[in-house]
Parts: sequence; structure tokens; C-alpha cells
Amino acid sequence: MIGDTLSRIGRVGIFLVRVLRHAGVVFTEPRAVVHQIYNAGARSLVIIMLCGLFVGMVLGLQGYDLLQRFGSEDALGVAAALGLLKELGPVVTALLFAGRAGTSLTSEIGLMRATDQLTAMEIMAVDPLRKVVAPRLIGGIIAMPLLVAVFNVIGLFGAQLIGVQVMGVDTGAFWSQMQGAVELDDVNEGIVKSFCFGVACSLVAVYEGYHAQPTAAGVGLATTRTVVISSVLTLLIDYILTAAFLGR
Amino acid sequence: MPEEPAVAASKEAVVRVRGLHYGFGSRKIFDGVDLEAARGRVTAVMGPSGTGKTTLLRLITGQVAPAAGSVEVFGREVTTLDTAGVYSLRRRMGMLFQNGALLTDLSVFENVAFPVRAHARLPERVLRQLVLTKLHAVGLRGAAELMPSELSGGMARRVALARAIVMDPDLLIYDEPFVGLDPVSMGVIVRLIRDLNDALGITSIVVSHDVRELASIAHHSYLLSGGKVVAHGTPAELDASPLPIVRQFMSGESDGPVPFHYPAGDYHADLLGDGKERPRS
Amino acid sequence: MKPNRSLEIGTGLFVLLGFAALAFLTTQLPGSGMRLGAAQGYKVLAKFDNVGDLKAGSPVSMSGVRIGRVEAIAFDATDYRAEVTLRIEPQFDKIPDDSDASIQTAGLLGGKYVGIGAGGSETFLADGGRIEFTQSAIVLESLVNKFFANFADKGSSTGTAPASDAAPTKE
Ligand SMILES: Nc1ncnc2c1ncn2[C@@H]1O[C@H](COP(=O)(O)OP(=O)(O)O)[C@@H](O)[C@H]1O
Ligand SMILES: [Mg+2]
Repeated sequence: MIGDTLSRIGRVGIFLVRVLRHAGVVFTEPRAVVHQIYNAGARSLVIIMLCGLFVGMVLGLQGYDLLQRFGSEDALGVAAALGLLKELGPVVTALLFAGRAGTSLTSEIGLMRATDQLTAMEIMAVDPLRKVVAPRLIGGIIAMPLLVAVFNVIGLFGAQLIGVQVMGVDTGAFWSQMQGAVELDDVNEGIVKSFCFGVACSLVAVYEGYHAQPTAAGVGLATTRTVVISSVLTLLIDYILTAAFLGR
Repeated sequence: MPEEPAVAASKEAVVRVRGLHYGFGSRKIFDGVDLEAARGRVTAVMGPSGTGKTTLLRLITGQVAPAAGSVEVFGREVTTLDTAGVYSLRRRMGMLFQNGALLTDLSVFENVAFPVRAHARLPERVLRQLVLTKLHAVGLRGAAELMPSELSGGMARRVALARAIVMDPDLLIYDEPFVGLDPVSMGVIVRLIRDLNDALGITSIVVSHDVRELASIAHHSYLLSGGKVVAHGTPAELDASPLPIVRQFMSGESDGPVPFHYPAGDYHADLLGDGKERPRS
Repeated sequence: MKPNRSLEIGTGLFVLLGFAALAFLTTQLPGSGMRLGAAQGYKVLAKFDNVGDLKAGSPVSMSGVRIGRVEAIAFDATDYRAEVTLRIEPQFDKIPDDSDASIQTAGLLGGKYVGIGAGGSETFLADGGRIEFTQSAIVLESLVNKFFANFADKGSSTGTAPASDAAPTKE
């Protein structure tokens, strides 16, 4: 069991190294990478913004309800900003990414495997790791932090909407306390997390697709595995990074 | 039709397989296969489905490594080559997949242009001429802007053929090129294979179980069964062979030395039993 | 691959939006400096010994009603005090010029705000006016220290080490 897990981690790690050897596609084939940033990022934008708004609004309601018990509802801005920047933004975006972009990466690559497209490339002496996998992995890694940033800004807007417009928290207090309490380190923690989640979720998605059994059922299974593994991995990495950041 | 047996042509062999052993887990697929494809000739590999014809092509193209034996292509031992070596060999090969394997997110034109763009920096105008010439050769110049999803099976296979020849390979490998085609498309493919071979001097390996189509284009045929080459020779020789397994295959009888049934337990016991003690392999 | 303009434009917009959001988060959230909208109303100055963690943007209120906000906090090196600029909304133009300003805490954990207590003068604060009577922020730590100092003094016969360590030596 432990041996299996270790060897699996090892395989994924080796796969990552093999793919990243083709990181040069960013320069040699920028179009392909742009295409994948579009697929992973731009096409997830609407769902990310929608969810960011709702998460922010919920934060506004819950945060207000919690803080007014201590008469500290002015701290709502801080609570919402830190909650979004450090946790909810990166984690929720990563989970949505796994469901939206990750599944489509896996099924796309898996179907290319099932219909011999990857093999055909190999026979044409074109490495599918370079042509297919690397642009998708890099596109996902680039897209994730940008999606998280958009999610956070929209989420703050949602929290402000509920907290200030509906619950009547003072605008000045909302922003000034936020600006007073939020450190650049908090923002950086969120960026580091979103980058790590981007690597993890994109890597799992392309790995599962690339190694899918070349059948309809195999591609379906791989897609499911992408969601499950990405989600668990996201939360696990989140815990490790949080502990590391708090421990500094 | 050439009269000389495969061994006589061995100096000219583009592909030479010797003592090939291969299996999936405990299941043996090849148990000592010897086979050659002579330069400029069409070599047919026949056999019932599931005998490992596709697997043989995967071994020849270096996608998988054999358990034992040697696979020589263009005089180089594939089994000992590293990835870069295999890739440099593959640049001289073209392969037609059973289902075409066109890249579904690229148009017909871009599919044919794909290997060229990957390996050569040609001016767009030259590339266009090259691609349209190849598409014209398979009769699909007018379909250049279609997407693969808009093609019929026969058209997709012709596009795949255009893609396989666009780099002017020395060796062309066809996996089941006739399966599932209407008679007209089939005739077109048969003619194309022979024309390509005659006009360009390409060495061809055709995997199929369509005995009649092969007879009209193959110079030399191998019959695979049970992990071994059970017979080989010109189509005429195979036709005249007294071996029962060859007779069965060439005339298409359903049962004989090539069993119709996949190995199974006793039929009555299986039907009447509750299914619990069904033997599993 | 054929260039696809709408795809490239879409990607460009996405990347631009993402970086704009990133820039907003890194530059506007930490530290002060962001004020949305143009400032309205008139400015009033007040000096405090200690502003605690009062921030630009913190509310200014009278009788619990917000009448403006803190615009800027500066340090005056001539008298070592904090110079706080308050911006009062224009409709609150009848604030006696002998009013006092104190820095208070909203709730137990809440942020600081400036509370104005009305004076009795007949003349009112105008733009650039100054509030002379101010009371500094109550710093929780010094309260706690004072409390422990008293506590330590009372129990000085036994002289517990931690308590006397915690006691401030000054004041
Ligand atoms: N990946 C695989 N794992 C296990 N068995 C396989 C695999 N691929 C093929 N086989 C088995 O190997 C045999 C040969 O397959 P294949 O080469 O595709 O046959 P053919 O092309 O002659 O129809 C089949 O019986 C099949 O069950
Ligand atoms: Mg096959």
C-alpha cells in the first residue's frame, strides 16, 4: 500500500520532469500555450467570477454575523480579505479548476490516447509530451494564479456588497481596517498556494489523461480520478502550506 | 509477382524480425516470429484478429520492446536504440492506423501539414503546395478545409494516408487498411497502396485479413497464428498450400485449425451451472 | 496552427484581467493609500500623543454617527506627536471649535475611530481648523501592564518574579 503510493508519486514526479523538459514550448510554440491558457483560464472565467461573488457574499453574511457578536463588525473587511486571500480564493478556485478545466484536459488527452492520436504523433516522430502535454500543463499553471486573483477581487466585492451595502458596515472601516491588517505576506501566501495548486491540478489532469486506458470507460474513469485526486491533493497541499506559512 | 522466397531477399530487407518473443503478462502473443520486409516490395501480414498483428507493428515501430529476439529496421536494431534513435528511424516511416487517428482539433489540411511543420521549416507557400499535392494524390484536395469529424471513414483513412506519405517515407506501414470500407473506397485504397509502392518505390507492410485484396497487391505474405508464422510465400504459393490452417484462412471457413471459439470451459456445464465456478483466466 | 484572432484576444483579455486583479491585490490591500472616489467636505486637524492603530480611512463620529473619516496620519517631528487630518462631510458644518477629539475602539476587537465630543463655543470648525483638546488611544498593552504593576505592588511581600518582570519600570 505504502509502496504503491510511493511508486505512484515517483511516477508522477518523473512524468513532471519529462514534461517540463519541454518547457521551451512557451517560446517555440507560444500559440499552442496561448490556446491552452484560453482553454484552462478564459473559459473558466465566468464560473470563477460567479462562484467568487457568491463566496464573497456568504463571507459578508457569515463574517458579519460572527463579528457583530463581539461588536467588531468593522473588522469584516479584514476577515473577508484574509479568508479569501489565504484560503478560500486558492482552494475554491482549485476545486473549480479541477472540475472545469481539469476534467476537460483529462478527457481530451485520454480520447486522443484512445483514438491513437498520441501514438500517431509518436510514429510521426513528434513527442506528444511536447506537442500535447507540455502546452496544457504550462497553460494550466499560468492560468491558475490569474483565476485566483480574479476570484479574490470579485469575492472582496461580494463581501463588501453584503457587508457595507446590506448590513451597514462602514465603508471606510471596511477598507481601512483591511488595509491596516493585511500584509504583503498574506497576499504572497495566496499566490504561492495558487501556484502550487495550479501545478498539482494541471499535472494530475494531464497525467491521468495521458495514462488513461484507451477505452471509453477508461477515459471516464480517468476523468473521475482527476477530480478526486486533484481535490484531495489541493486540500492536503493547502494544509501543508498553511502550516509552513504559520510556522515561519 | 516475385518468385524468390523471403530468405533470398534478406540482403535487401528493410525490416528484419528474428526470434521475436512478446507477451502481455503471462499471456504469450509471439513465440519466436521470423519475418522480413524486402525493399520496394509490399509485404502482407495476415492472421485472424487477436493474433497480435497490431502488436507486431508496435514492435517494429519501437513503441514496445520485445521480451526476446531482434527487430531490425533500416539495418538498425530497434530494441537497443534510445528515444532519440527511435525517433530518427520513425522520420523515415509512415503509418496508417486502423481508424486513421487524425488529430481531431486540426483541419484536414493541418493534419497533413502536421509532420511537415514539426520537422521542417518550409515557407507557407511551399508547404501549401506539398500538402495539396499529397491530398490530390488521395483525391481529397477539395476536402482540405474540412474537419476530421466531417469525413466518412474512407475519407479519413485517405487523409491519414496523405499524412503518412507527406514526408516521403521509405517505409509505409498499414494497419488493417481495408476494414469497414465500402467496396469503392476499398478499391481506392488498394490502388493507392500499389501505386505508392510502384511509383515511389516505398517499402510497404500491410496488415490485414482480407485475403483477396492482399492477393492483388502483396509480393510476399506471412500468415501468423498462435504466436508463430505458420506459412509464408507469394499469394499464389499460399493459395496452393496444402496446410489445413492456410486452407482455412484463405478460403474463410469458420472452424478448423484456427478455432472459432476463444478457449472456454465445457459449454453445457457453463449454461447449466450457476456461473460461480466459471473458469477465469 | 492557424492564427485564431478571437481566441487570442480572449486570452489577452483574460491575462490582462488576471494581472489587473493581481496588481490590485498586491498593491491596494496591504498598507494604506487607496481611496475610491474624490474627497468631499472640509479638513480639520488634530494632534495626538498616540494614535494606536488608527488608520487612514477610519471613521470619525459624533455621538456614534459617522460624520467623516481620517484622511491622513503624519508624524510631526517638532513636537513628537501625531498629526491627524480628518475629513468631515460638508453637511456637518456646525461643530463647535472647542470640541474635543478622542481615539476610541469599536467593540472589543474592533478598529479604532475618532470620536468628537461637542464643545460649547458659538464659532464652528472650518476648513483647515484645528481641534485642540485631544485624548490619545488607550493602548491595551499598557493598561494590562499597569494592572499587573498594581497587582505586583500589592503582592510585593512575596515578590513573585514573573509579575515584577512584567511590571513597567517607567511611569
Ligand atoms: N494492452 C494490452 N494488454 C493486454 N493484452 C493486450 C493488450 N493489447 C493487446 N492485447 C492482446 O493481445 C492480442 C493481440 O492484439 P492485437 O495485436 O491488437 O491483435 P490484432 O491486431 O492481430 O487483432 C489480443 O488478443 C489482445 O487481447
Ligand atoms: Mg489490430
